Amino acid sequence: MMEVEELTKVKKEKTNGHGVPATGMGPSAYMGKVTRLNEHLVEIISDSGEGAQKCGQSFGSIVAQMGLGVWTTEIIPAEIRPPARSVAGASGNRIRFGSKRVTNGGNETDLVIAFNEQVLLGRVRSKELKPGCTILLESMWRDDKRVAKSYTDAVEQLISAGYKVYEIPMDKECRKIVSDPRKGKNMFALGVLCGLYSLDLQSARDQVVLTFGKKAAKVIESNIALLDAGYAWADANLDFKYEIPAEKSTEPQIVVNGNTALALGVLASGMEICAMYPITPATSASHYLSDAFEEVGGIVHQAEDEIAACCFAIGASYAGKCTVTITSGPGYSLKQEAIGLAVMGEIPLVVVNVMRGGPSTGQPTKTEQGDLMTTIFGSHGDAPKVVIAPATIEDCFYSMITARKIAETFNMVVVILTDANLASSQQPFKRPVFDEGWLAPPIDQSAIPPGAKPYDWDPKTGLARRFIPGQPGGMHTLTGLAHDENSHVAYDPEINQRSMRARSLKLATLQKTLNPPPIFGDPTGDMLVIGWGSTKGAIEEAVELLRQEGKKVSSLHLTFIQPLPPGIKEILAGFKKCITIENNWSDSPNDEMIDGSNRRYSALAILLRSRYLVDIDCWSECRGTPLKPNTVRRVIEEAMA
Amino acid sequence: MNNISLNVLNGNGAATEPLNVNDCLLQLYEEHYELEDYQKGVPRWCTGCGDNAILTAVQRLCRDEALPPEKTVFVSGIGCSSRLPHYMNTYGFHSLHGRALPVAEGIRLARPDLKVFVNMGDGDCCSIGAAHWIHAIRYNMNMTAMLHDNNIYGLTKKQASPTSPIGLKTNTTPRGSYLDALNPLTVTLGVSNVSFVAQVVDWIPKLLYQTIQAAYHHKGFAFIRVIQRCPEWLPTHMEAYMQDPTRVLLLHHENGLHVDDELAKRYTKMQEHDPSDINRAREIASGSDPIPVGILYRNDEVPCYEDVRFDSRLRTTSLVKNGLEAEFDKFTIWPDGHAHVSRN
Ligand SMILES: Cc1ncc(C[n+]2csc(CCOP(=O)(O)OP(=O)(O)O)c2C)c(N)n1
Ligand code: SF4
Ligand SMILES: [Mg+2]
Repeated sequence: MMEVEELTKVKKEKTNGHGVPATGMGPSAYMGKVTRLNEHLVEIISDSGEGAQKCGQSFGSIVAQMGLGVWTTEIIPAEIRPPARSVAGASGNRIRFGSKRVTNGGNETDLVIAFNEQVLLGRVRSKELKPGCTILLESMWRDDKRVAKSYTDAVEQLISAGYKVYEIPMDKECRKIVSDPRKGKNMFALGVLCGLYSLDLQSARDQVVLTFGKKAAKVIESNIALLDAGYAWADANLDFKYEIPAEKSTEPQIVVNGNTALALGVLASGMEICAMYPITPATSASHYLSDAFEEVGGIVHQAEDEIAACCFAIGASYAGKCTVTITSGPGYSLKQEAIGLAVMGEIPLVVVNVMRGGPSTGQPTKTEQGDLMTTIFGSHGDAPKVVIAPATIEDCFYSMITARKIAETFNMVVVILTDANLASSQQPFKRPVFDEGWLAPPIDQSAIPPGAKPYDWDPKTGLARRFIPGQPGGMHTLTGLAHDENSHVAYDPEINQRSMRARSLKLATLQKTLNPPPIFGDPTGDMLVIGWGSTKGAIEEAVELLRQEGKKVSSLHLTFIQPLPPGIKEILAGFKKCITIENNWSDSPNDEMIDGSNRRYSALAILLRSRYLVDIDCWSECRGTPLKPNTVRRVIEEAMA
Repeated sequence: MNNISLNVLNGNGAATEPLNVNDCLLQLYEEHYELEDYQKGVPRWCTGCGDNAILTAVQRLCRDEALPPEKTVFVSGIGCSSRLPHYMNTYGFHSLHGRALPVAEGIRLARPDLKVFVNMGDGDCCSIGAAHWIHAIRYNMNMTAMLHDNNIYGLTKKQASPTSPIGLKTNTTPRGSYLDALNPLTVTLGVSNVSFVAQVVDWIPKLLYQTIQAAYHHKGFAFIRVIQRCPEWLPTHMEAYMQDPTRVLLLHHENGLHVDDELAKRYTKMQEHDPSDINRAREIASGSDPIPVGILYRNDEVPCYEDVRFDSRLRTTSLVKNGLEAEFDKFTIWPDGHAHVSRN
């Protein structure tokens, strides 16, 4: 994927690129030499609070405006304010951008801009940087007696390890414009990056105005000055420059992360109430929603805990306003009992679980797909519910509309499973065109005909009508106890069997309306890779590369996980081998203690093996990071060997 | 039942824009209800159970206030007491152990046109649901909450509850319970935004009714602790209080309960108490013998969460559409390559 085409071959300038301050080289240090790339992966990292995240997001938006494909991934330290200059404290953003559509966060970083050497070392240690990649490093630490040695040691180490290190006097340059460079360095860095990648300066300025839109004009002006200075500095001092050809989209696109997309989906679905309790990495969806509801009309209720949030949502839904409750793993566990109540009472409810690393408090800021089983089988007893796993940022938006519809049509709980990867990644998608059909219908307050029952389970589909408070003649007491058609508590064996059957049948009825999932690649071959959720982009990228090399591999990505859509068994039959690739736990068959009688498979593999009686293999990892296409590629190659 | 109501929102697409729920019902006739209009089934409580008295009182209240059954919701948790909604011919929601309050809050916020009542046991409210109880007081949403306090876990067969007096022998405390009882009144009176606190006993029906009625008319979260007998597990627990009227202290005031001659004759221990006086309320609340009965505290000025939060704008299609488009605009990249910058 990373073909690099040198437009003009120029021998290396001076000693730059080898750890010597790259200052005072006069205008156009790159001497007209522009290297054309297909794509690049850039990261910008700093201590938290220094604005690298904002810089990265802005850079992502600017490249998107230029018509480039882009995927940005947040780098979030586990603590709000880790100690300054700490190896574990890197905060920032990775931006993968290229001429074609970018569907995932990619592999290792090609170029990094770092505000201190410690956060940089953290990234090197976690093997996120490509060996020998380009490093642009704030050089102010050279003059700081307390840390100069650690700084110069690090620079030397990096150079001898083969990295191309450019030192940038960011602090010094920023001081020419602002008194506190800690608040502004990020815009200077943004300017450097824009210069380096030959981006349109005016677009970058527009983006800065957007970013600081609500701030005073003075703030905006100084940030634009910093941006301009960075841009000019890069031109004057760096001996290289890149260009990535862009193809402008003909349609308006929106650039948001998965959590914002979810929240926009809540607005678009017509839901008016979100009940939540703060938890990483889900909370930003509710933050955004709290603000947006001010305009559209609606309420984010911050409850006293997740149990209350879920019960509150159930109460509001029961009263006629289908409600969403948004959470992550630990909160999802707390909601389980209440979810069972909604299942039993057949109350429409939308639950979002933005998965993070588990179990217990786990890895709050890291991504994982560890909650599939607890979502499908969670809540005691048989509690059938719909489970949808968006695979893209765009899916996050539309899945909320679908979820509300299914919830209200089937009187079911619909769980949307996203993860920290989707939550904080940005990818442009086609601006949705508003459709009235997205919205919830008005609350039905019509009189209930005499003799109608609140649970008139249809023997074929399991569907029942629903009486909403306010409907004359519909008075009944909804209960989480076993009940009959009249919602009367009933422990009669026949009635229990009948009502359990009805609640289960609704899943089959929904399944009949689904289409078989599309296959990526040929419908037959040597290997089928199966995935779900946020790993789609990485899996398809790897499969595409292997297919270009002539490998007979295809992939299948599942969005509906409960119920599973029809046609999967037939698809599996077309391949010699099948493997799921997931971002959760499975035992490695290579471990000494592991054999066929005790191996724990990953979640989707268990589901598919039990449903289709096919010997589906699995591979998964729990590193807290999104799957990389290179990793997926290696796994497929090994599985095919 | 003589009420007829006509609905303008008939689900057949008669209304193209969502209407405000408050505007939905057009009452054609003056309503008149009988007690039977609120009764459903035969209560399955033990003979002599205090829950029966509470049920009778709320049914009378509904009739006297002519509450349209379809606009009234009784929400409960799990326990003997939480069976109450099943015996009401209104809407009901028999939820989870401890979770009646958040369910009721969701209903209130979604539908301010509905009258909401909550019935909870002492385990329900003061143990497993204690967090929700504290926060419900603070939210101060308009509802009438009844704590059926029998000092015991009834449904699960005689375990100690937080309100069991120290020394009470139960199945989990065979040599007597170890801790001092939690006092629901002082707890409630200690939470910010508290707006209505009353206590009453199940064996004085007149006062039970009056208290629930006053709570119903209070705007805000009206909390009533009803001391409720459980003859099944604690047959003699309240005997002494019932036999000796001087072990009940009647609180009366022009803004509180009115004690008629008949009651005054029997319950001679009376005290005038102004329910606006929270300090005095706290003092009274901390006494348990004699049992203070009446309205301890009432403040109609405390804002209700649903009033603070409820959005009265009609959520029309165009409001949602315009709002959504404006949100999209914030994130849109247009084909001409520039973000459309608007500075406001
Ligand atoms: C989560 C959960 N834990 C425990 C129970 C079992 N349980 C049902 S009712 C109850 C306590 C009942 O006591 P109380 O709330 O005082 O109500 P009462 O029966 O006395 O009216 C318990 C522990 C349950 N239903 N759910
Ligand atoms: S066990 Fe006690 S509380 Fe429960 S119904 Fe019987 S008397 Fe009432
Ligand atoms: Mg009890």
